[in-house]
Amino acid sequence: MAEEIRTGLIERTIEQKRAIIADALRQPRAPTLHRRLRLGEGIIRAVLFACGAFSIITTVAIVVVLGSEALLFFTPPSWIDSFTALASDINPNSAWLDLTGAGKFEAGQHIRAGEEQMRVTEVGDGYILVERGYNDTTPAAIEAGAEIFTADVVTLIEFFTSTQWQPQLGNFGVLPLLTATVITSLIAMAVALPLGLSAAIYLSEYASPRRRAAIKPILEILAGVPTVVYGYFALTFMTPLLQSIFGDVVKVYNMASAGIVMGVMILPYVSSVSEDALNAVPQSLREASYGLGATRFETVVSVVVPAALSGVLAAFILGISRAIGETMIVALASGAGPAFTFNAFNSAETMTGHIVRISGGDISYNSIDYNSLFAIALALFFMTFFLNTLSRYVTRRFREVYE
Amino acid sequence: MTTDRDPVALAGRPLEELPATELARLLGEHTRKARLRVLVRDEILHVSEAIDTSLPVDNLLAGYAYPEALAVTSFAALTEQELVAILEVNLDQARLHDLVLAEVVGYKVVGSWPLLRSLTDRAGIEAEVAASETPNAELRFHSWINFDFLTSPMSSIPASAGVRAALLGTIYIMLITMAVAVPLGVGAAIYLEEYATPNALNNLIETNIRNLAGVPSIIYGILGLAIFVRAFGHLTSGAFVGVTDSNGRTIVSAAMTLALLVLPIVIINAQEAIRAVPWSIREASYGLGATRWQTVRRQVLPAALPGILTGTILSLSRAIGETAPLIVVGASAIIFTDPSGPFSKFTALPVQIWQWTARPQDQFRDLAAAAIIVLLVLLLSLNAAAILLRQRVSKRLS
Repeated sequence: MAEEIRTGLIERTIEQKRAIIADALRQPRAPTLHRRLRLGEGIIRAVLFACGAFSIITTVAIVVVLGSEALLFFTPPSWIDSFTALASDINPNSAWLDLTGAGKFEAGQHIRAGEEQMRVTEVGDGYILVERGYNDTTPAAIEAGAEIFTADVVTLIEFFTSTQWQPQLGNFGVLPLLTATVITSLIAMAVALPLGLSAAIYLSEYASPRRRAAIKPILEILAGVPTVVYGYFALTFMTPLLQSIFGDVVKVYNMASAGIVMGVMILPYVSSVSEDALNAVPQSLREASYGLGATRFETVVSVVVPAALSGVLAAFILGISRAIGETMIVALASGAGPAFTFNAFNSAETMTGHIVRISGGDISYNSIDYNSLFAIALALFFMTFFLNTLSRYVTRRFREVYE
Repeated sequence: MTTDRDPVALAGRPLEELPATELARLLGEHTRKARLRVLVRDEILHVSEAIDTSLPVDNLLAGYAYPEALAVTSFAALTEQELVAILEVNLDQARLHDLVLAEVVGYKVVGSWPLLRSLTDRAGIEAEVAASETPNAELRFHSWINFDFLTSPMSSIPASAGVRAALLGTIYIMLITMAVAVPLGVGAAIYLEEYATPNALNNLIETNIRNLAGVPSIIYGILGLAIFVRAFGHLTSGAFVGVTDSNGRTIVSAAMTLALLVLPIVIINAQEAIRAVPWSIREASYGLGATRWQTVRRQVLPAALPGILTGTILSLSRAIGETAPLIVVGASAIIFTDPSGPFSKFTALPVQIWQWTARPQDQFRDLAAAAIIVLLVLLLSLNAAAILLRQRVSKRLS
């Protein structure tokens, strides 16, 4: 190219020379330092971003799905079987319903038979008068024997204050499940915190590097054991042990055994987070303490642990969060059937245990049980979310910054 | 264990040596008709609900083998011999042997004692057996865990039950879980470590992943139930490829649920592995004119690969032990057959452990213990592989 331009410039007229130079300037030039647009790179970047953003979709899905299904639970009406049925056929116009069964009705009540909703206007002996086609449903002929359902409204106040959880009977108080969850978690922490913190102190302050290298993998393996295995352990080892110590007050399924084994389960977790916190305490603090004549134990108790307190607290909170969400141990060892009790030797179902028991098997969609699962799961999600966020806040807010 | 009849007196020689026809004959002679119908249902049809016995045989047993002569007979009208003939053409000798043991001989495990006690206190156990007044009681050493335990299917007779279906279910689920979670997770980790600039959106993603890692596993189960089983039931039941006998409670649904569950763990582990690659490698690559993706693909990923693999194995071992989400998504209670593909009903090892533990009989607890050993061996070998990989990496970088 350059050669052609040079020879061309000698032999041609001035106009031709101008044309050639202009033409040459239009030719592609050598690489510049400008940023080039690369389509492939852009696509790859977009795909990778999508992978990252997928986690946000998951969170949104959790909140939306749990929220919307739980909303159905709190939106009237939830239909409860009244244990009453139509005694004779009705046509679309009749307001008189003959009933058989044990149900009690009152005027103004909202009921459903078949697909149609009705409002009770008068209650008599063995019959009720109703307003047909309530809530924009179509009055239809209904055959004798059709079940009557009554509407029940679950309010947030009832959900959080009532002490009965019997969805089939219209009692929706999450308290019995909640107390069982809290009791098992507290028992677990009563086991895990002292043991976990001691293990962390031993590993970070006392153990020789060789011992440390031997003990840490054992803790890691303990953390990797599936929770259903711990559940087996609770049921077949811990419960008989408790029974042999305390006698017959200990039920076959009880919160204490589930809680203690759960404590063993979260022990490695608490110890690992606490150990990180203890390791982060600068060596100079310990040396200063030794310099003042403190023994190793005095140094640990009055210098190292206080300095790492925020981390230990965070470990405690994370441990509770773990315990609240833990399922299989309580499902196996803590009992089936909600009970409002504060006696740890009694059996009581936790929130997670309840979800597992109800959802195992073929649960029908849009039933009160199905929707109640989501309400419980949403409560569980917010509890753990709050605790996890709190632990992060505690770590950041109360961390003592040295150097 | 006890027996109602003496097995040798039945046929004149040990039952194991009998051919299938002989075993079937024994079964037909000593078992009531109603029980034989139940056996046909449990052993051939594998359904748990009652069957319509008024149907003719060719309708009820469509897709299974049956003697041609019986095709139009109503199921309820079949005689003992005819029911046995149906069992015989569908089951092999080993299974028939088990059935004869359970149904005819009445071979039952009535009690079991741990190994330690049987080694140290054999006399005590024998005294207990003698005092128990169980007729025909016989003491026998039985190892719950052996090769048969791995290869035989689930059974309602504890002594012959195995974990085959559960083990296969676990393997299928893990394959799909990892096929979904690893590409997504590693992609997200590359984005966060190599591409993302610290702005509000990227910080949100980062925080969000940390939060997801703390969400209890049962919540993922509920999410899977609502999304994969119910909302996308058409896809996960395999209805779009013509699978008709499932309802969204399938291997795919379970695997997708577990994939969501392990995704944050895969991402966090992969991020750590990528972060451990020294900056000098990236700068050298950029210095030679490589683009960002070329640098990632040819320098960063190969260097981080062992670390990513370690993290992946660790998240796999987390996923294998997960029980609660599988139960919520709908692991079936009793599965006798092997999973036939991604759209079949399933059970998994931890779910099987849960069910056996939850049963009141001691023998099922023993089975659960055997299954736990299988699960732990699986987990320990995975973890050992991860630790070996990690040691190789740390050697190479130092």
